[in-house]
Amino acid sequence: MSKIVVLQGRAVPVVGDDIDTDRIIPARYLKEITFSRMGEYPFYDERFNADGSKKDHAFNRPEYQGASILLGNVNFGCGSSREHAPQSLVRWGIRAVVAESFAEIFAGNCVMLGTPALVASKEDVAKLQKLAADKPGSVFTVDLQAMEVKAEGVVVKVTMPPSRRNALIEGTWDSTALLLANAAAVKAKAAILPHPSGRM
Amino acid sequence: MAKGTLYNKIWDAHAVATLPTGQTQLFIGLHLVHEVTSPQAFDMLRERGLKVAYPDRTFATMDHIVPTKSQKRPFTDSQAEMMMQAIERNTKDFGVNFFDFASGRQGVVHIIGPELGLTQPGMTIACGDSHTATHGAFGSLAFGIGTSQVRDVLATQCLCMDPMKVRRVEVNGKLKPGITPKDVSLFLINRLGVKGGIGFAYEYAGSVFDDMTMEGRMTVCNMAIEGGARAGYVNPDETTFTYLKGKEHAPKAADWDQAVARWKSYASDNDAVYDEVVKFDAADIEPMVTWGVTPAQSVGVNDVLPDPQAIADSGEKETSLLAYRHMKLKPGQKADSIQINVAFIGSCTNGRLSDLRAAAVVAQGRKVAPGVQAFVVPGSMMVRQAAMAEGLDKIFTEAGFEWREAGCSMCLAMNPDQLQGDQISASSSNRNFIGRQGSPTGRTLLMSPAMVAAAAIAGHVTDVRNFAPQGAVHV
Repeated sequence: MSKIVVLQGRAVPVVGDDIDTDRIIPARYLKEITFSRMGEYPFYDERFNADGSKKDHAFNRPEYQGASILLGNVNFGCGSSREHAPQSLVRWGIRAVVAESFAEIFAGNCVMLGTPALVASKEDVAKLQKLAADKPGSVFTVDLQAMEVKAEGVVVKVTMPPSRRNALIEGTWDSTALLLANAAAVKAKAAILPHPSGRM
Repeated sequence: MAKGTLYNKIWDAHAVATLPTGQTQLFIGLHLVHEVTSPQAFDMLRERGLKVAYPDRTFATMDHIVPTKSQKRPFTDSQAEMMMQAIERNTKDFGVNFFDFASGRQGVVHIIGPELGLTQPGMTIACGDSHTATHGAFGSLAFGIGTSQVRDVLATQCLCMDPMKVRRVEVNGKLKPGITPKDVSLFLINRLGVKGGIGFAYEYAGSVFDDMTMEGRMTVCNMAIEGGARAGYVNPDETTFTYLKGKEHAPKAADWDQAVARWKSYASDNDAVYDEVVKFDAADIEPMVTWGVTPAQSVGVNDVLPDPQAIADSGEKETSLLAYRHMKLKPGQKADSIQINVAFIGSCTNGRLSDLRAAAVVAQGRKVAPGVQAFVVPGSMMVRQAAMAEGLDKIFTEAGFEWREAGCSMCLAMNPDQLQGDQISASSSNRNFIGRQGSPTGRTLLMSPAMVAAAAIAGHVTDVRNFAPQGAVHV
């Protein structure tokens, strides 16, 4: 797996608290049995009217096409555990999400896809969102070594759980291999724990 | 850090190793699988040439996409049919237990785990669904995961996890007559906020939970996630053991006593240390109804809708204003003045037998208001059978409710049960998010199943105690 240490790109502000995963990807798109088309759907009902015409949404605006850093607010990604939500963002082009706070499951799902979910203070997120709004062409740098996001002379501190940061910078965010390595210990554990069939 | 809690004990018992990242490799005792979040995970296994490591700890069913009017195959919706074929193929190819229609045990994954006795105290339980928290009602550590994590559990029966903090949420005193577990749940989310639980597991405790039935505890734990807590639990007690005794997968004969002794040992110690403790008084809880677009935007049924301008936090104020725009409601309006178009009784939150009984008490001998579409979706085939055995289906149909087959239905509207346009529903489900019930402009009012039944009869939100004053709806 690739090491994810420094990411650079333009940023797209998605303003608002409690943006849930139903808003990020409406449930009807979960009927697809692969993730391959998810990049077509992020924020679908906030971007398109029923007749297909476009609404005003950051993901529709020309200046944010090709942006790779999403700037959110409080409790971003709350609600459903659907990985389709980060899948849709990543497949649209997002490589990192910075927000005031994240729902747990969403943040965990992001890391599984090699996508940092970074927390910054309310003031700092506001600064970054303002910069991305005022000067959409600005190039932002997300640095997981320094745990900073910077652009146009603005530098803000960000945090994420150390284990998730380690997984990204060491390139061990694909967890299956890590877990398989301990198969013998797992077998020993399984043997001493109760079984859902009622076997003790 | 918390010490001596049920959370700590289960975590320690299931920790396999510390990974190079610093995370814990946590063994998962029970993996529940459904059709929507698993097909990609099974395909990842195929791509990597991996098997399901512990198929005997893996149980699948289908719930999200199944139609509830006719379950005749092939389904009319070709995407739903493909998804059904995928879960049938995947469970067959990988040797996973599968509760399909023919088994008579199909249903919402969080309803069937408990009713089959698969869900047991002291277990770690994972499922690709955020409402997995439901199973915490048994004193298990249960949480939702994404599809890549479903892959990990299928391939290794483990997850990479960081520990959570533990907040003890006590509700003491006695609930007033007519107040249900759903009201307790919505009240707690209102007070603690939708983000209040981020990073925490909630231990629900106090006399209200001591007195609550297992089905009630499941309702409250189910919605832990709506308050931001990935897991919620109630310590196992005699109520838990009585519920489990005799269930299909529960320990039998000599194993039973050994199991109960073990289960008791998981309960939080009397001197357990918590990261936080919060306390509430049961007497403050009214029949609750949401008016907005997050489950915390709620009021007591006899209250008026709140003034967004009174909210100090700028982000919260914006969410409140957004809610009023979407819901087409006004601050100061009385909650019980809100007219409804649709009434939905069901979901993993409130699709159990006691929920249907509570709604039936209200529906019995009354008629659904003209212009309201009301329907009841039992949470599982077994719930449906049990309800029919006591004649609940007749009570509902005579009152003008439709009686459907089991599934998730209009909780998330992945099947044909969907709001149209800006219809407004009284719903016993768990989320009032924008677009949640199938129409981008649809509107959802969350409340207890008895309150949904009352709203269906009245045609508008109303205090269920007007219909069943003596607390007959208490489950």
